[in-house]
Amino acid sequence: MNGIDKLKNYPHKHLLGIEGLLPNSLNFLLDLSQKYVKFLEKNSKKLDYLKNKTCINLFFENSTRTRTSFELAGKKLGADMLNISVGTSSIKKGETLIDTAMTLNAMQPDLIVVRHNDAGAVKLLSEKVNCGVINAGDGPHEHPTQALLDALTILSRKKTIAGLKVAICGDIMHSRVARSNIHLLNTLGAEVRVIGPATLIPKEIDSLGVKVFYNMKDGLKDIDIIIMLRLQLERMSGSFVPSIREYFRFYGLDREKLNYAKPDALILHPGPMNRGVEIDTELADDLDRSAIFDQVRMGVAVRMACLKALVKK
Amino acid sequence: MFESVGKKMNFNNLFNNKKESNNYLLKGGMIIDPNEKVVKKKDILIKGKIISKINEEIVCKSDDYIKIDCNGLYICPGIVDMRVNLGEPGLEHKETIKSACKAAASGGITSMICMPNTSPVIDQPAIIQSIQRKAREVALTKVFCTGSLTRGTNGDEISELQLMFESGAVGFTDGNKSIANARIMRRALNYVKSFNGLIIQHAEEQELSKKGIANEGEVATRLGLTGIPSYAEAMIVQRDLWLVKDTKCRYHVSHISTKETVEIIRNAKKSGINITCDTAPPYFLLNELAIENYRTFSKLLPPLRTEDDRKEIIKGILDGTIDAIVSDHTPQDQDAKRLPFNQAEFGGVGLETLLPLTLSLVKNYDLDLISAISLITKNPSEILGLNVGSLKINNEADITVFDLDKPWKVKPEKFHSKSKNSPFDSLLVQGKNLMTFVRGRLVYNFK
Repeated sequence: MNGIDKLKNYPHKHLLGIEGLLPNSLNFLLDLSQKYVKFLEKNSKKLDYLKNKTCINLFFENSTRTRTSFELAGKKLGADMLNISVGTSSIKKGETLIDTAMTLNAMQPDLIVVRHNDAGAVKLLSEKVNCGVINAGDGPHEHPTQALLDALTILSRKKTIAGLKVAICGDIMHSRVARSNIHLLNTLGAEVRVIGPATLIPKEIDSLGVKVFYNMKDGLKDIDIIIMLRLQLERMSGSFVPSIREYFRFYGLDREKLNYAKPDALILHPGPMNRGVEIDTELADDLDRSAIFDQVRMGVAVRMACLKALVKK
Repeated sequence: MFESVGKKMNFNNLFNNKKESNNYLLKGGMIIDPNEKVVKKKDILIKGKIISKINEEIVCKSDDYIKIDCNGLYICPGIVDMRVNLGEPGLEHKETIKSACKAAASGGITSMICMPNTSPVIDQPAIIQSIQRKAREVALTKVFCTGSLTRGTNGDEISELQLMFESGAVGFTDGNKSIANARIMRRALNYVKSFNGLIIQHAEEQELSKKGIANEGEVATRLGLTGIPSYAEAMIVQRDLWLVKDTKCRYHVSHISTKETVEIIRNAKKSGINITCDTAPPYFLLNELAIENYRTFSKLLPPLRTEDDRKEIIKGILDGTIDAIVSDHTPQDQDAKRLPFNQAEFGGVGLETLLPLTLSLVKNYDLDLISAISLITKNPSEILGLNVGSLKINNEADITVFDLDKPWKVKPEKFHSKSKNSPFDSLLVQGKNLMTFVRGRLVYNFK
């Protein structure tokens, strides 16, 4: 526990990011998640921890896995889950984020899960509501539950995070997953590298405690875990990479490049995958090497833990 | 605005826009004269609109003059603020000419130079005339206009520069837009030479800063904000230097914020190129850490830079590379700032904090008082070629009387400006303007 006592409760009101969380907070959430992993393996029953509690899923951006897994997690815990998607709500009519927050707050939910396309938007919303808020992704800033589920996946295969060498590959610049993972893995004692074309590596990322590599061969040497990121075509303005063909040739993960890493290196991908862009199809489907579908399973457990930890009794 | 004032302030007592004029005798104040470069205890006599006498001891009949005891106070030329964004016309919900004039008068500013990015843009003489008419009605602080350098500030066609010049435009700029096209910039610089016009540049390489909202570097990376590289500013200044060297036109760079820009301008001045520049208080008092927690009041243009940049800006002020300090007053209503950082508007208000924040350089960085006052009076006035910002006999009496040491807390909710978006919210400052005279009239009197 890095010299810090084991916690009985999650000590914060919100989960807005991994940055600033101490190892014991992270371990608390991971331990709780592990319990739910076991629970989900054993039975399909519902729990009633969050009976009569209302959670709102507020998604300003499209999402399949995150939204569904929050919804499923809430239902497994007995909570009433409401989904608000932007297409059909007043946000389309020009309501500001703060007004949306205050409106929802007036309905007295017990927790709000928010995804927004602007960095910091979830924090802004959290300042205007009385209940806890979980950040389900805010622009290129953070996506804490993804980092937690990645950590849980790593733990399930490698037993520990401290001392592992982890490479995060691809579009670091536009990735909230990268930032959350960097903070979490560093906090729990892993060595983190980022690999990608220099156009997709943000300035002074090394100050977050990572080593920067511009080619896969050097970057993947002795690596235990490879986290592949999606090339976020929708966030790009201007040519960050000349073509998908060229990107795949130099940064797409295939058998050949995988051989640079340790023989038992594990592949993670937050999804949705662009097959043939950042990862070879055959590799993505190789269940020995790729934990991509494990991650989805872990996602539900992690979100159960986060909901349980943040909803007030 | 001040902690020390218990009772609620009454506008009618503070501001005076009545047309009648009195004669005033300011007795026993320390007079800061940036032209003579002296600070000395003297009396000053205001007769009608003009400064009629400055002397060691002026005696006159008490019924001809209103005598004001200025013992322990400092008297300097009225402040000239070369960069103010008015909301009028078009954005009156952010600021009107009246509210801006009140804010300016209470901050000791007697001349405001407003930027052309109103709506419509100031790109023709009629708009300048209408703003001047409004300002005359308000009759507090003097308002001067700049005209847009290109039509609609679109950057591709020069505006009617000489016609606007005739109507009183004191300079030409596209406000918060840089002139990206070197050919247009060169033409404009050449064109204004015929009437010795001044071109004011907001230096920013637009393609490099596209979608950028924060200084590129550790903070922007960690917060997930799109960065603006600091050299995007220096690059345009560097480019413009070639054009200035060629055209020998009057050229001024506004609100500089980076180390590199200071260095370039320092060297350019050494090599004899005719170039001037200014900066604003946020760039010598704050750095990029002020945007931590996505604080939108600190979202400025240019963005707040690194600590190294801030230190170099101070060095530039101390060694005379930087000629003037401006408020860069950019009013934004609540709805424009209470948004996710990415969506919030740029800018902060500054009229009411310009004097104390400039004086902080005297208190904290060993800038002498005369130089500090010159940066906000004589220098901007000279750059613009205006006959303000001095204490010359027979000049219009634009005068600021302030307490150098009076401590107060910046409370934007008490500002006279319609907008409250100050990046210096809750800062403790020293130095407070107490009286403002414009054209010999006491327009603001803090009691």
